[in-house]
Amino acid sequence: MSVRQTLVLRVNDAEREVRPALHDTLLTVLRDELQLTGAKRGCNHGVCGACTVLVDGRPVRACLTLAHTCRGAAITTIEGVTGIADRLRSAFEDANAVQCGFCTSAMVLVAAALVAERPGASIEEIRTGLSGNLCRCTGYRKIVDAVCAVAQGTGR
Amino acid sequence: MSVESLIGRSLPRLEVREKLTGRAQYTADLYRPGMLHGALVGSPHAHARIVSYDVRAARAAPGVRCVLTGDDFGDHRMGAFIKDEHAIAKGKVRYVGEPVVAIAAETEEQARAAALLVEVRYEELPAILTPEDALAPGAALVHEDLASYFKVFEAVCGGNVCSRTELAEGDLAQGWRESDLVVESEYRTPAQAHVSLEPCGALAEVDPAGRVTLWSANQSVFRIQASVCESLGLPMSRLRCLTPRVGAGFGNKMEAHIQPIVVQLALATGRPVKLILSREEDFEIVRTRHPFQIRVKTGVRNDGTFVAREVEVVADGGAYADDSPGVLGYSLLMARGPYRIPHTRCRGTLVYTNKLRAGAFRGFGNPQVSFATETQIDEIAARLGIDPVEIRRKNALGTDDRWFCGQRLGSIGLAECIAVAERESGWADRAKLASAPGKRRGLGFACTAHISGLLGTGAIVRLLEDGSVVLNTGAVDIGQGSDTVLTQICADALKIPLDRVSIASPDTDGSPYNWGTTASRVTYTTGRAVFAAAREVERQIKTHAAELLECAESDLELRPGGVVGIKGVPGKELPFVAISARAHWRKGGPIIGTNSWVFDQPTFDPKRAVAIGLPFPQIGVYSFGALCVEVEVDEITGKVDARRAWTVADVGRAINRASVEGQLEGAFAQGLGFALVEEVVWDGPRLANPTLMDYKVPTTLEVPYELHAHIVESPDPDGPFGAKGVGEIGINVVAAAVANAVAAATGVRLRQLPMTPERVLRGVLASQPGG
Repeated sequence: MSVRQTLVLRVNDAEREVRPALHDTLLTVLRDELQLTGAKRGCNHGVCGACTVLVDGRPVRACLTLAHTCRGAAITTIEGVTGIADRLRSAFEDANAVQCGFCTSAMVLVAAALVAERPGASIEEIRTGLSGNLCRCTGYRKIVDAVCAVAQGTGR
Repeated sequence: MSVESLIGRSLPRLEVREKLTGRAQYTADLYRPGMLHGALVGSPHAHARIVSYDVRAARAAPGVRCVLTGDDFGDHRMGAFIKDEHAIAKGKVRYVGEPVVAIAAETEEQARAAALLVEVRYEELPAILTPEDALAPGAALVHEDLASYFKVFEAVCGGNVCSRTELAEGDLAQGWRESDLVVESEYRTPAQAHVSLEPCGALAEVDPAGRVTLWSANQSVFRIQASVCESLGLPMSRLRCLTPRVGAGFGNKMEAHIQPIVVQLALATGRPVKLILSREEDFEIVRTRHPFQIRVKTGVRNDGTFVAREVEVVADGGAYADDSPGVLGYSLLMARGPYRIPHTRCRGTLVYTNKLRAGAFRGFGNPQVSFATETQIDEIAARLGIDPVEIRRKNALGTDDRWFCGQRLGSIGLAECIAVAERESGWADRAKLASAPGKRRGLGFACTAHISGLLGTGAIVRLLEDGSVVLNTGAVDIGQGSDTVLTQICADALKIPLDRVSIASPDTDGSPYNWGTTASRVTYTTGRAVFAAAREVERQIKTHAAELLECAESDLELRPGGVVGIKGVPGKELPFVAISARAHWRKGGPIIGTNSWVFDQPTFDPKRAVAIGLPFPQIGVYSFGALCVEVEVDEITGKVDARRAWTVADVGRAINRASVEGQLEGAFAQGLGFALVEEVVWDGPRLANPTLMDYKVPTTLEVPYELHAHIVESPDPDGPFGAKGVGEIGINVVAAAVANAVAAATGVRLRQLPMTPERVLRGVLASQPGG
């Protein structure tokens, strides 16, 4: 029924061999084959943003990305992201920006890409940058504050 | 050694690091050896008899291990108030999407492919799609056997009426006679979807002895255990319910969703079965907030004194009762608001329709009635020329007052909430708000109250051999932070560091009963149980210490860091480890403190009020709140932007300040969606917008960054450290305050939610000369 082909993915700096079907998404491969479940399936339509991972440093909806199109790309998931993300983790913790946590992995990754691209981003830029990621728990205020603390260098 | 109290601090969540590193496991993240995947076939009809099933092709499909129809389930029904719901449709379908057939296959893809091969023959029945349809003479019945269903309260029901409730105090006729002004209006609020980011799901596994373990996204392992066993005819001893991390609930995961079906698939196959709903299925088959039609009539004196109120509610409960009788009764109990109104009568009718069931949703009926009552107060204030804040302050409940129907109030911080919202928002200077050309700005105000309480709860605190503690409550942390709050209470009560307490994950085998994470209750009810259980541990520790130190127990005190000693004698002390070792190995037995209790203060005082069809005799203690919102309305498009908000709540005592703020901020955002944009729309019998592309929830751009949460602390005499609940109160009057702000900005009074640009613009155009 479905044609499977071997594919080598570079995930979190390690080469991983998988055999997805041609129509399998990156999200399915990460979660079901590689057990990297930090990326969440919230809507499977590319709206909620909870499946976001970084592909060559840019935020990508894993639920809308075919796994086979990621050959040769550097994929970074919440399990492997470091650098700015570590500062964001501390800032999210300090700002109490995490409630249920289902959107958190993606928020951290999107924020990491945003801060890398725009160091010193303003509150308005941060709000715009995070507007593709839904959170139903926090009202966003504490998330924006956490990212702002890292972008503007006021966090720990 | 002095240690800062753990109470009132903004401590990070205990589990925050696992959530920040992607290691937190939700139901979908669990995998078991040999696990199958489930899929559902939903009804294409709103109302139909099931004539026959043809599942041969599905059974023969690749990877399929099991296909179950309604015929494979016994005639058992579940329901929190009225036992009207089978685990899967049986004999009849009552809404589009209702699960009719369940499949388990080796992969999710195979299970979903097989679902397309199922043929079901139906005989269509007239679909009841509105309350008017439901109440029409000769209407088709959604539940022909309603009279014979078991009900947990004295339900007033019949035909398509699921429940009728009436609450009254005083003499309405006298109230109208004493009123100088009477205002009456009708209001409508829509179905709202919870949209927890984590869709509902479950994983069940049968052990060799035939006992089932069930992991699921839920707000109460105990309600799930009861509902699954009730609907499958299983003894509760055969089912163990567990909870991984939960990606929020908001009421959606309190009662069962697909857990009974998944358990039956696991029992039928003997293998683990996981079924995670797609977002569309989560919209189509779980539950929504009730659409309400509300008529409110309020009588006042010229000086602004409230005299009389009459409220009539018609609530659309959908196909099954679920928590609806509770929502209806609660909404009526809240319809007088936090005010004195001596003559009040509230009546409500809850109807069955052939639509997705409505059920618990943050606010539990309060946001619907408060939209009506709190906007009507502004209309009255305008007619009388009184400041909207002043008229609320004038009529606000005080310490000697009772809640509607007679319950005593333990602590009331309402006046302070009003004062804080008024001050922080700059209410007095609102006339000076400047608007850009083409925009109009305004401030809106509203007040609210909400209970925290209801039903049974327990706690077990065990002192381990090394003097550290395990806390076990059975309360599910759905992301709101109760694990952290309960751990703070336990650690503070025993004067030990937070990291010396571990909190057990809810488990129906090992945890004490907890009705659930709902009704804003965990901090108040479970917190009380935790505090009392910790006190019991302290008592046992002191019994040992008194013998060892040769003193009276009353001479002993707990000292910071896990030490008990003689008051005023610094050297005379023992660490918990010494006490615990003695208890474990030599005398007395391991130290285990337990407590269980149920809120038992009556809601209703027969000397003051009349209540018919009230589904809950005891309900809880009251938190209070006030909210001010600043909006900007675009004159060209009618779009409403919330620019700033000040949300204030009297929570008795904030155990974790940042978590309290988080509840208020999150509730505001969800309420803003309800106010401006969210509506589950039916196109005939079918949902028109069951995706996040079509059903929009607020993003960072819609929720104002200037969202200011303020905490008022009016300690409850019985709450843990004085704490009351905060989970829901912040959502109650968001729509009302936004509507009042829109009216202040534009002069347009909207009585229907959501306040879409179209509705606002229509109102603006109609109010203009020649419009």
